[in-house]
Amino acid sequence: MSLRQSFLMAIKNIMSSKVRSLLTMLGIIIGVAAVIVIVGLGNGMETYMTDSFKSMGTNLLTVTVLGRGSSRSVSVEDMYQLLDDNPEYLDALSPTVTYNGTVKIGSESLSSSVTGVSEDYLYMKAYEIDRGRDLSYIDMENRSKVCVVGSYISKEFFNGNPVGKEIKIGGNTFTVIGAMAEELESEEGSTDDCVYIPYTTAARLSNTGKISSYTFAVVSEETISESKAIIEEKLEKIFGSDSAFLVISLSEILDVMSQMIDIMVTVLAGIAAISLVVGGIGIMNIMLVSVTERTREIGIRKALGAKQRNIMSQFVIEAATTSALGGVIGIGMGYMFSEIATRVISVALEVEMKVIPTVGSVMLAFGISVGIGILFGYLPAKKAARLNPIDALRYE
Amino acid sequence: MIPLIEFRDLYKLYPMGDTVVHAVDGISMTIYEGEFVAIVGQSGSGKSTCMNIIGCLDVPTHGSYFLGGKDVSKMNDNRLAEIRNKMIGFIFQQYNLLAKLNVVENVEVPMLYAGVSKSERRKRALEVLSRVGLSDKIKNLPKQLSGGQQQRVSIARAMAGKPKLLLCDEPTGALDSRTGKEVLELLQEIHKEGNTVVLITHDNAIASKAQRIIRLEDGKIVYDGPAKGAPKQVSVEDGGEA
Ligand SMILES: Nc1ncnc2c1ncn2[C@@H]1O[C@H](COP(=O)(O)OP(=O)(O)OP(=O)(O)O)[C@@H](O)[C@H]1O
Ligand SMILES: [Mg+2]
Repeated sequence: MSLRQSFLMAIKNIMSSKVRSLLTMLGIIIGVAAVIVIVGLGNGMETYMTDSFKSMGTNLLTVTVLGRGSSRSVSVEDMYQLLDDNPEYLDALSPTVTYNGTVKIGSESLSSSVTGVSEDYLYMKAYEIDRGRDLSYIDMENRSKVCVVGSYISKEFFNGNPVGKEIKIGGNTFTVIGAMAEELESEEGSTDDCVYIPYTTAARLSNTGKISSYTFAVVSEETISESKAIIEEKLEKIFGSDSAFLVISLSEILDVMSQMIDIMVTVLAGIAAISLVVGGIGIMNIMLVSVTERTREIGIRKALGAKQRNIMSQFVIEAATTSALGGVIGIGMGYMFSEIATRVISVALEVEMKVIPTVGSVMLAFGISVGIGILFGYLPAKKAARLNPIDALRYE
Repeated sequence: MIPLIEFRDLYKLYPMGDTVVHAVDGISMTIYEGEFVAIVGQSGSGKSTCMNIIGCLDVPTHGSYFLGGKDVSKMNDNRLAEIRNKMIGFIFQQYNLLAKLNVVENVEVPMLYAGVSKSERRKRALEVLSRVGLSDKIKNLPKQLSGGQQQRVSIARAMAGKPKLLLCDEPTGALDSRTGKEVLELLQEIHKEGNTVVLITHDNAIASKAQRIIRLEDGKIVYDGPAKGAPKQVSVEDGGEA
């Protein structure tokens, strides 16, 4: 008897008692749907996080000077030396000075962030200049009071044409020399709500005058760990201590967080998979009942020449088909719930995070459900195959 | 000529508590191809037990059973299934059709296990169904047929695999006398075509239609000879306790 024959027989049997078959499959349906949604959620979270990190720059290394445990300090020249010495790893450098002065345009105060950076910073961040020009090396040298503004300020206060206009930062008058292209939605408080000034100017205006933060761009993200090591080595030499500074790589943080999400998803999917096992036990239970109910049928089939393996495969295939069908329904449900979850997240959390089921998880879930059918169908099938034909024929 | 069926000092014992029931108690007999044999006897005399052994549904406790010259008394479950499938057609008192399958599908079942191709199966099933006069009912489910029709389906099923031996356990037991007679006539025709038929009954009128009668009592043969002139009933006193 062919596999196809057994399969058709199984479908016929499943269809002949639909409600019961559906109830039998329920555990598998729930398990598969849950695994798919959970993996989809994890996948969505990872994509969302990667995207937001990418926009912050995964090619960047941030150096923060803490000064702890060391009396020495590092100069801007030291850092530029470091850049020049390692052209195969390090691509560009910008000291970053956060300036806490209030921004005023006319009589209006803004909460825009003001950062002192080098002429390479916008290039490192891959920000585009929309109008006017970028900061230049001359601006650094002269400690010019010039600035580049984000698209929020440009659009909101200068009708998109801010070049040559003046704004006040911490009481000093700055001339706008350039406007950046829109990064996000030009909203207040976003990356577009910013002002960049020369770091030399910022350092002089701030109380301490010290530069305690630097950003490096690496040549390639592949060698970011090596690049980080080079910087750490040099700084350790300068400070004579490794606790005086901190080198942070966004891509490393991203890696760690991705890993954590992976672990979380695996654990949650594992918990959901318990439902698959429960579903399998449900199938086994119904199959055992079914074997008892069909004792006479088994007896007749054996009398007519069915071998143990014919009966065996009939029941195993029936269990596997039931389970696989449950798996398919579960996959459908999983996609449906993923879609619903995406909408709920966007409405409730106002976050554009897509719950995307992965092909891998779908195939795995389907494979597992078929496997569970075979595994848990085996025992009842064995019981059926071993029935003595005379006893089975006599069974009422 | 090799007998089709040969029992050599065959026993089937069932332990019941401290005692042992001798359902078949040392039977030796031979049945040749082309015979029409009726096995008769009172209830509990061991007819069905004999039948199950002849049909390879059960194995004897002692003794040998040769079917077509092969000793099947020590064969395992799967070998017996194969032999049942190839050599024997069963006709049961309760028809034993598969309720979820329609008439043709039921007839096809033994051929399914014999590995006959789909088209060949259908062809042969339709042939035998027309032979038993049920060509117009092929798509019906068993429950949509009368008892006599169901028994004819089961005869078609038994014949479809072209077995050497047709085994019938009380084939007319659940039918009224008229349909019973029809079924019996069908069996007689099948026999005339050269098939071996072994039939179990406790109805003497039916047994008399056979060529040969084997009468059992308490698991032993008490008469084995031509149907004509067979004693109608062996007295209970002669055979001891019933
Ligand atoms: N599985 C079993 N376990 C114990 N005893 C059994 C078993 N099967 C049959 N017997 C006994 O064997 C004897 C013969 O039984 P069998 O069924 O062969 O009788 P029978 O001639 O077919 O009777 P009937 O005409 O009523 O069908 C009986 O005494 C019965 O109780
Ligand atoms: Mg009986």
